[in-house]
Amino acid sequence: MSFRQRDWASHPPLIHPDYKSTVLRGPTKPLVPLPQSLSEVTGPVYGAESLGPDDADLTRNGRQGGASPGEPLGERIIVTGRVLDEDEKPQANMLVEVWQANAAGRYVHKADQHEAPLDPNFFGGGRCVTDGEGRYRFITIMPGAYPWGNHDNAWRPAHIHFSLFGPGLATRLITQMYFPGDPLLDLDPIFNATPLSARNRLVAGFDITTTEAGFALGYQFDIVLRGRCETPREGAS
Amino acid sequence: MSRGQTPSQTIGPFFAYGLTPEQYGYPLRSIAGADLRDPATEGAEITITGRVFDGEGAAVPDAMIEIWQADPQGRYRLPGSQGNRGFSGFGRCGTGSGPESGFRFTTYKPGRVDDQQAPHISVIVFMRGLLNHLYTRLYFADETEANLRDPLLSSLDPGRRATLIAELSAPGEYRFDIHMQGDRETVFFDV
Ligand SMILES: [Fe+2]
Repeated sequence: MSFRQRDWASHPPLIHPDYKSTVLRGPTKPLVPLPQSLSEVTGPVYGAESLGPDDADLTRNGRQGGASPGEPLGERIIVTGRVLDEDEKPQANMLVEVWQANAAGRYVHKADQHEAPLDPNFFGGGRCVTDGEGRYRFITIMPGAYPWGNHDNAWRPAHIHFSLFGPGLATRLITQMYFPGDPLLDLDPIFNATPLSARNRLVAGFDITTTEAGFALGYQFDIVLRGRCETPREGAS
Repeated sequence: MSRGQTPSQTIGPFFAYGLTPEQYGYPLRSIAGADLRDPATEGAEITITGRVFDGEGAAVPDAMIEIWQADPQGRYRLPGSQGNRGFSGFGRCGTGSGPESGFRFTTYKPGRVDDQQAPHISVIVFMRGLLNHLYTRLYFADETEANLRDPLLSSLDPGRRATLIAELSAPGEYRFDIHMQGDRETVFFDV
């Protein structure tokens, strides 16, 4: 058993000069093909037992007790979708980790210098595990756009960071989910490093059936991981 | 019938509170950290210390390193095994929580997973400025014989092979630096 290769027509290049920090951080030598062994087809195992009770509700898991208890500010949203492989097989019991800025575009990370307010009731980190149909679901706050130093007047479009293991080490994926219609997408060198034909896979769809009346707008975002090979690759052990 | 792979994007600079919260002092439980030891596992304890260097030789302070390895008997954790107790085989460490901009794992030396490959640890590198995570492998300098017979190591250009060998700096203490570019650019794999 092995996994299909990373499809480099779907992923950004390692050096993309418009995104300046790739220039000194992306490797310059070609990647060396590695026939998958047990070390690559096995992978970290984290299921529902690794979750805390409010891990998937980011509107609750950062609320402060004490002096200023309450709800985080911003627009509540529901973000859901399925984790699939390339053959559209649902990936059940898979850990999905997310982190994001608050409604003002500020991360709780100590290194975030953006002069926008922190929200005492919003942390911005969460996780859940997919159900039998491969579905995950988060309740959170619409993240704000934020400035960054890549070029003059650079702003990241609103996004949520996603991290998944999938069934093996080879299926590991870290990505970012964007929101439909964001005018900053066309200007963002990280989003635009992605090959044009695959870019729209990073943009969630607004979905009225996911939207809950009187509560929160709903977005659908499916995540497609590498599928399995029907025949072992040459040299695979 | 088939769907295209979701593209990778960078981990960015602000992953720590979500992915390595305990290491950086954030109030969220980490699913995994840099100490992989488990009370029910017996084996040779080792530390792996290193830094990640960019193309100008500067240590990268906002990288995240993940490791995946077999236990001292050469067994990988499998889904459902031992009710997910015991040695997880997985560790995570950011390079931004200390003054050295380094990573340090405490774990066990892995056993051999088959009769061809030398003992090794799979390593994944993430950082701001890296649009796709990179896979590499750590082998052990004191496994000279096994390393010589390892099919993957043998297939590499001898000049680059050394980038995958962790040096023994003291008993049980290994040093494994990762160079993104330059003469000593680490071998990264297309897995
Ligand atoms: Fe971000």
